[in-house]
Amino acid sequence: MIHQSNRRELLLGSGALFAWAYLPRVAQAEGRDPRFLVIVLRGALDGLATVAPVGDPDWQRLRGDNALTTDGATAALPLDAFFALNPAMPNLHRLYKAGQATIVHAVATPYRERSHFDGQDVLESGFIRPGSADTGWLNRALAGMPAAGRVNPKQAFAVGPIAPLVARGPAPVLAWTPPRLPPASNDTMSRLVDLYRHTDPALATAMEERSALSAIAGSGAMGDTAKKPQMAQGIPGAAVRAYFAESASAAAKFMARPDGPRVGALAFDGWDTHANEGATKGRLAVLLAALDGAITALESGMGDSWKDSVVAVITEFGRTARINGTEGTDHGTATIALLVGGALKGGRVIADWPGLKEANLRDGRDLKPTTDLRSVMKGILQDHLRVDDHLLAKDVFPGSQAISPLAGLV
Amino acid sequence: MGLKMARDPRAQGVVALHRFGLPPKLGSTNSIGDTRSVLLAELDRPGAALIKNNDLLTSGEAARAAFDFRQERKAARLAANAQNEAEKLQEKQEKQQEKQAGSPEDKQPAQQNNAAKPNPGPGVPQQIYLEESKARLESALAADAGFVERLVWFWSNHFCISADKGGVRPLCGAYEREAIRPHVTGKFSDMLLAVESHPAMLLYLDNARSIGPNSFAGLRRDKGLNENLAREILELHTLGVRTGYSQDDVTSFAKVITGWSIVPPRQSSDRGGEFTFNPRMHEPGTHRVIGNDYEDRGFEQGRAVLLNLAKNPATANHIALKLASHFVADDPPRSLVASLAARFLDTKGDLKEVSKTLITAPEAWDANPTKLRRPSDWVVSSLRVCGVKPPDVRPILQAHNLLGEPLWRVPAPNGFSDNSAAWMDGLAQRLDIANQISRRVGDTLNPADISQNTFGALLSGETKEALSRAESRSQALALLLMSPEFQRR
Repeated sequence: MIHQSNRRELLLGSGALFAWAYLPRVAQAEGRDPRFLVIVLRGALDGLATVAPVGDPDWQRLRGDNALTTDGATAALPLDAFFALNPAMPNLHRLYKAGQATIVHAVATPYRERSHFDGQDVLESGFIRPGSADTGWLNRALAGMPAAGRVNPKQAFAVGPIAPLVARGPAPVLAWTPPRLPPASNDTMSRLVDLYRHTDPALATAMEERSALSAIAGSGAMGDTAKKPQMAQGIPGAAVRAYFAESASAAAKFMARPDGPRVGALAFDGWDTHANEGATKGRLAVLLAALDGAITALESGMGDSWKDSVVAVITEFGRTARINGTEGTDHGTATIALLVGGALKGGRVIADWPGLKEANLRDGRDLKPTTDLRSVMKGILQDHLRVDDHLLAKDVFPGSQAISPLAGLV
Repeated sequence: MGLKMARDPRAQGVVALHRFGLPPKLGSTNSIGDTRSVLLAELDRPGAALIKNNDLLTSGEAARAAFDFRQERKAARLAANAQNEAEKLQEKQEKQQEKQAGSPEDKQPAQQNNAAKPNPGPGVPQQIYLEESKARLESALAADAGFVERLVWFWSNHFCISADKGGVRPLCGAYEREAIRPHVTGKFSDMLLAVESHPAMLLYLDNARSIGPNSFAGLRRDKGLNENLAREILELHTLGVRTGYSQDDVTSFAKVITGWSIVPPRQSSDRGGEFTFNPRMHEPGTHRVIGNDYEDRGFEQGRAVLLNLAKNPATANHIALKLASHFVADDPPRSLVASLAARFLDTKGDLKEVSKTLITAPEAWDANPTKLRRPSDWVVSSLRVCGVKPPDVRPILQAHNLLGEPLWRVPAPNGFSDNSAAWMDGLAQRLDIANQISRRVGDTLNPADISQNTFGALLSGETKEALSRAESRSQALALLLMSPEFQRR
């Protein structure tokens, strides 16, 4: 059998922290010691189910029973007169009220198609088109920043694992992999069983028998509308929460150390909620609660450094405005970007709200993007880390001269 | 069940590449072309099966290194015991002194000394096993079409040994390189002779210790015959089970090969661990095996039996059935088995010719891909299509272990099963491994490129759609490695 420690050698990526090996100099010269952590949610987060436009007259019509509302047993947490937060995220709500969280809504990268891979490529590379570069915008921003001494890895970091694209590039990056395995998501398994059922029933049977997977019957990830959804969650809630919290907590502790890294990236998989999305009780609620726990773990782990911190939670695109035939949502366009941290001028939802009327939806199906995600990231990089304006437009987000940094975030 | 086989020649070529060889390496061009000529060309390339690596030890060198290591460890243990005794004595004396002085301080350093024993790391036999495993893996990852490598695996499993048997571990790799690889495109009889006289096989099936009752050694000591190797040669290596040989044939044959043994390493520092025919252990006299009398001509007596077994039609049938079930289908077409057996007999066991028949027979191409890849095949194939060259072979060996096919460690002399049903249970574990591989490399690869490179147009619409809908590149890669197209061949 593969032992835990050996399995880890193979198991990298999700939940691992990748951090710049140097300390930034410019901000330190100003007497600040800023921290910046990027969390990539792979699979496309449903921004509407996370931060719901409860004040939009078309909201309940679009989502029906799945629409978050501010009343009822699972009431959403009010952010302002128009938006309310998913009830699975009370800690984020507290931070928002304390002015330490900002939500940018109806935001999107320049990518307008609906492939996860290409969408993640644009999100993380910072280029306009997929397949343009093998480096990420965060790394290129770091490579252009003057450094003030090397991070002390204290054996906690190892060079080796392949970093997510956003952190890949010329700037040297350290990696830390959580000691525990990411919980096995049933998502890949259910997609596989679905595929086997259509192509090779013997394999389907073998997989189901081995895994006692009968419960996932009908959790078709293929968007098969003929099937009746039965699965409640499809992911082990407690294990997911523990894993997110552990990864975030370790990341925070490294970044809080006087000689620790200041800029890093994490990625969490599992947000592709095609079927049985479960915004208040099911799969998405579990994931959002785990993310909420991770945010809390970052806040407490950073300690005094929290006041100097910005955490940006981003995803490749949003999901359809309507619920599909399997109680889930399909690939869409605009979504949210979530900013938390003590350095923020928070307590705001920033949105040029496009509306949810039929005519306002992109292609008649998606939330229309009104804010370019690059302007948000540029705003943080410029005001928080003092990345040069020219560098931002030329190297970090090539071709983004016309997209000005969103000012006043920190 | 299985996949519907496309009729166009290109798709057939892809099926054949997966069926007879290994999937195309990532980045290899002209990977999917005229598969038949590619496979035939590989068979004709001189030394295609050999591993060229001068750092690897011969079986004799490996056995002597393992012997020296055991001796050193024994000596070290004796020395350590003596030192422990001395330390205990000293501690006792110190304690008495402490009692007299009334201060129990300074106890700490002694304890620390005990705790600070260095980790000895893997022993020499395991080190050799790891180096050989790495060389074998690298050979499979570097192979072109991979047909010859697959033949090596087939024959290595047919003539299997186990590292878990005493003394065999350091010899596994050398055994495969010395007895199997030189002959996979040569004569069956040469491979048979090389295998049955190899120290690893003689240790694994106990013949190294088998003594003729009336031999010089047998008369002096009350030790005797061990039938293990003789029986398995007849039952597993040549004729096949229930093909008409009797217990008397087994016993006689066992007598014939008494004396096929190994030079004890303690007796010779330059030939220790190598094969020797020891006349002092050899049962004298003429013996009758399967209708033929064999005069006592020392080693030649056993050689003559093996050469006759290699010519026996039952052997031809046995090998033909095994080859067809390994490469084509669990229950292969009878006509295919018949033509393989006929070719085997016609060419006096020319394995290159038999292999050519295998890849040119229409039945071998027409069958639907129903066979589940064996775990070892699937792991190596996964690494090939992802273009991964693992720096450390251990996680790969652990993957083999997890999936139930540990390298060179068969549970029984009949080797790992070639029946798909035997491996179905491990499908869920394969997903675990697929996740690990894809989490490591999935983000840096383009699943569409890999599936195109691996399958060309053969990928089903369903699989294609599942890949394109995956939530991340790494999930798409895991799905590809788990797809029916990649599990079956």
